[in-house]
Amino acid sequence: MAEALVLPVTATGIVLARNGRRLLDVPELQFGGTGLTVVLGPNGAGKSLLLRVLAGLIEPDQGTVAWAGRRPDRARAPRLGFVFQRPVLLRRSARANIVYALKVTGMPAGLRAARADAVLAAARLEAIAASPARLMSGGEQQRLALARALALEPELLFLDEPTSSLDPASTKAIEDMLRTAALAGTRIVLVTHDTAQARRLADEVVFLHLGRVLERADAASFFEKSAAPQARAYLEGAILA
Amino acid sequence: MQDFAGEFTQAFWLMAHFDADLMAIVVLSLRVSLSAVLLAAFIGMPLGAFLAVTRFPGRRLVNVLLAALMGLPPVVVGLLIYLLLSHAGVLGPLQLLYTPGAMIFAQTVLVAPIIAALARQTIEDVHGEYAEQLAVLGVGPWQQVVTLLWDARYSLLTALLAGFGRAIAEVGAVIIVGGNINHVTRVMTTAIALETSKGDLALALGLGVILVSIAVAVNALVFGLRATAQRSAHG
Amino acid sequence: MSKILKLLIVAAMAAAGLSVSAMASQFIVVQSTTSTQNSGLYNYLLPIFQKKTGIQVRVVAVGTGQAIKNGMNCDGDVLVVHAKAAELKFVASGYGVKRYDLMYNDFVIVGPASDPAHVAGMKDAAEALQRIAAAKAPFLSRGDDSGTNKKELALWKKAGINVKKASGTWYRETGSGMGATLNAATGMEAYTLTDRATWIAFKNRGDLKIAVEGDKDLFNQYGIIMVNPKKCSAVKTRLGLVFMNYLLSPEGQKVLASYRLKGKQLFHPDAKVTSAN
Repeated sequence: MAEALVLPVTATGIVLARNGRRLLDVPELQFGGTGLTVVLGPNGAGKSLLLRVLAGLIEPDQGTVAWAGRRPDRARAPRLGFVFQRPVLLRRSARANIVYALKVTGMPAGLRAARADAVLAAARLEAIAASPARLMSGGEQQRLALARALALEPELLFLDEPTSSLDPASTKAIEDMLRTAALAGTRIVLVTHDTAQARRLADEVVFLHLGRVLERADAASFFEKSAAPQARAYLEGAILA
Repeated sequence: MQDFAGEFTQAFWLMAHFDADLMAIVVLSLRVSLSAVLLAAFIGMPLGAFLAVTRFPGRRLVNVLLAALMGLPPVVVGLLIYLLLSHAGVLGPLQLLYTPGAMIFAQTVLVAPIIAALARQTIEDVHGEYAEQLAVLGVGPWQQVVTLLWDARYSLLTALLAGFGRAIAEVGAVIIVGGNINHVTRVMTTAIALETSKGDLALALGLGVILVSIAVAVNALVFGLRATAQRSAHG
Repeated sequence: MSKILKLLIVAAMAAAGLSVSAMASQFIVVQSTTSTQNSGLYNYLLPIFQKKTGIQVRVVAVGTGQAIKNGMNCDGDVLVVHAKAAELKFVASGYGVKRYDLMYNDFVIVGPASDPAHVAGMKDAAEALQRIAAAKAPFLSRGDDSGTNKKELALWKKAGINVKKASGTWYRETGSGMGATLNAATGMEAYTLTDRATWIAFKNRGDLKIAVEGDKDLFNQYGIIMVNPKKCSAVKTRLGLVFMNYLLSPEGQKVLASYRLKGKQLFHPDAKVTSAN
């Protein structure tokens, strides 16, 4: 694999507040190495916000984000994949969407078609590769969005609740793709509020509540016996205040 | 009382027999207005895109002014351009006055704000949708503009048609800067104005119907092309 | 994407190319009146002239006031208008080289067949206007500083009527050309002053008829003037002179006289010289 241009992603002293409320308060957080980390927590915990700050999409009020020790910059952004809760696709065919991403990230023209076809096949979308992306079903669109992100061979892949609006079959398809990518060495950070999904996928869990990291542990320990009381309560299905 | 029905149908008779004068007037109308729309698009689309994606102080004021300019009275534009192009004016040496070039100039000024304002709105909507995704792909500002313009191309086409409608229908600007000169700067609207001033209302009305039909034909053609494009390939 | 771009570039070049070719032939710009245009005189005269000399004459037909203003802005080579006082002033201020009589016809007062002011058949224009004012019958003025407008105001002055005070009541200023004013007169069943040529050519008469004609005050003289190259360096003096000399010459005068509309002669040539040299 190529040299690490963005890993590790480090957040230091991150504070984000709006209307007097602290939405994020993370003194220290780092993602490096390999594996799949699930960022878990109830709605409003600040999970999506945290991801966006780490990806350089939002500037925090205080604190810094570093990619491999340097500030985030546009040139390295493609090394950090991002899949949104709702897929954003261009008005063109599924294949063309992937080719577009490969083009703007600098892949030579001759190689784009082959890579696009490969990821489409891996995502089991080759049959509808030529159809308009926007006319595909929600599940197909999200698989396409994930395929597009993986086509760029990122070091780190962020996903923000990628299956929350999908049917079980599509959810399974996405999760399978993620497992495959994690095994291939892509560092994955997945945000979800779905505890069951966390159990299925996580190597490691970061528990977020009211903008703060309350616990970080490997999956086995976390689900077996979580240290933070809120985390325990959440796992039992309680609604956290 | 004049033979209203006879005069009215005379307009269609002229059209059916490809009367040279009428054909020349129709062709000039289309040439002037289509050229103006093209030029206005070259100016208005990038401007609209820029306003849609860039933040700068006074942006809101600029957007309000741009929208207000959509309602520029053609006769006022004609007057201003006349003053510019007149031999006594700043651009007099260009010798553009009383030529189709002057008419294209005036209509471009009329149409550019329409295209810019509508493009801005369209792209702003699209930008809101795409901004984060394009950011994570590391797409630079110019490439973003190009991508947004292409993706919103059908809405932008509607903006172009709105501009074309405005151009082909106006008379106030072209009559002042063009002079309605026979065989040189006479277009459908100024011909209709002339026939009306000669009291030939039926012929004027007939020409008016032809003008509207042409506008309908242009719109139908564009929509037809769009439907074909959507059916065949999608990018 | 690039295919469309190519198409656009070709289209833009085509538009520009056609623009250039329109300006390739020799031409002059004549600032003239709506009366001469609406009568169809130029459609008759100019092809004859172009065939003979190869010079295209581009006529901008506006009111005399505007034609003179345009001349002062150097936006024309020759003026053909019909307001002698204004024409002489144009020359005196140095904008025109010299004014020549070209042709004449006359004005008429038209009005509704019902003739509320009882002026039908009168031969005295000023007196007829007095009756119209007395009856407060609707009268439309062009109000646009044209030759016709100036003549109209001169007649009111002779009649001793202050029409400005009545503006907006029975006396209405349309601020428009002759054709638009006639259309309004038809619509409002009003009296108005018009030149005979425009009237003969006019098709929307409604029930308007000629009420007053024949007064020598209704005489309508057209003049022709070259814009002064000393004030306007871009004036096409040579080509303009060809045009002026043609119209002043016996041959040109004959052509002016030979123009007929509905069997009637609209313009009577009366040049006092045979060339402008």
